[in-house]
Amino acid sequence: MRDVREEMDCNELVELVTAYLDGSLDLDTRVRFDMHLLTCEGCESYLQQFRETVRTVGMIRDDELDPAFRRRLLDAFRDFR
Amino acid sequence: MTLPIPSTADRIASGPMTETVDETDLITALRNGDEAAFAGLVDRYTPSLVRVARGYVPSHQIAEEVVQETWIALVKGIDRFEGRSALRTWLFTVMINIAKARGLRERRDTDAAIAAFTGGTVDPARFRTAEDPYPGHWRPDEMPSPFPDSPEGSLLGNELTEVARRELERLPERQRVVVTMRDMLGFDSGEVCALLGVSAANQRVLLHRGRAAIRQVLEDYLKDAP
Repeated sequence: MRDVREEMDCNELVELVTAYLDGSLDLDTRVRFDMHLLTCEGCESYLQQFRETVRTVGMIRDDELDPAFRRRLLDAFRDFR
Repeated sequence: MTLPIPSTADRIASGPMTETVDETDLITALRNGDEAAFAGLVDRYTPSLVRVARGYVPSHQIAEEVVQETWIALVKGIDRFEGRSALRTWLFTVMINIAKARGLRERRDTDAAIAAFTGGTVDPARFRTAEDPYPGHWRPDEMPSPFPDSPEGSLLGNELTEVARRELERLPERQRVVVTMRDMLGFDSGEVCALLGVSAANQRVLLHRGRAAIRQVLEDYLKDAP
C-alpha cells in the first residue's frame, strides 16, 4: 500500500472515481484522493463531469412499450387466470 | 417450473426510475387475478426488462419472448411469491435466468478477463509525460472544464440525455447492462452483483468503463457546441 502522504497523480485519480463515488476506496486511498482534489482544478472538474454523466444517464427514459407486445402480455395473463 | 426466489436485497433500491412502494396490496391484487394491477406492472417494468434482456440474446424478438416467459412465470408463481424480495428484483432475477437458459448468446466474460484489462479510461495523451516535472498530471491544454448546468427538461439536458442514450447503446454488452441497471434503473451494487453473478470489484470496473465512455462523448459534444 502506498504512503498516505504520497501524492496521487491525475491519471490515477480518474480511474478511481467510481470507487470513490461508491464509497469503496480504502481509507488511505480516499485520503489521497481528497487531498489531491483540494489542489487540482482539473480533477475537481473531472469529478463534476463524472457526476453529471451519472445524473444524465439517470434521465434516460425507457422506450415506449410496443402496444402489440403489451396486448400479447395481457392476453397471456387472461389465459392463466 | 419452480420459482427461484432471490435471497438478496429485501429493500427496493432508490434510484432514478424507482420509488419505494409497499407491494403487499399489489401482490394480493395479482393473486385475485386483477388485470389492471397486472397491466400497471407490465407498463412499469416491461421496457426495462426488454432493455436488459437484449444484452443476453441476439434479437429484440427473442428478448420479448424471454420477457413474456418472465411475466407468465410471475402469474403462475404469484401464489407462492413470499415477498421476501422486491417484485422488481424477482422479475429481473427470473428474466436473467430465462435468458441464460436460452443459451443463445452465452456471455463468458470471466472475472479474470475483466480484471486483465489494464488500459486507462482517459486518453493518456491528456496527461504529462515522465519527462515533465509533474508526470501524470493534466496537460494545461487538456484540463477538463466543468459541464454546464443542464436541468432535466431543459434543451441542453434533453440533448445531453440523447447523446448519453446513443453511447449507452454502443457500449459492450456487460458494460451496457451494468450502467443501465445502476445509473438508469437505480439498482444498487449488491443487487447488480447478485443478478449478474459478478464480483463487486468487476461490477465496478464495468460500471467505471461504461461511465467513462459516456463522459467522453458528453465532453466531446459540449466542446463542439457553439
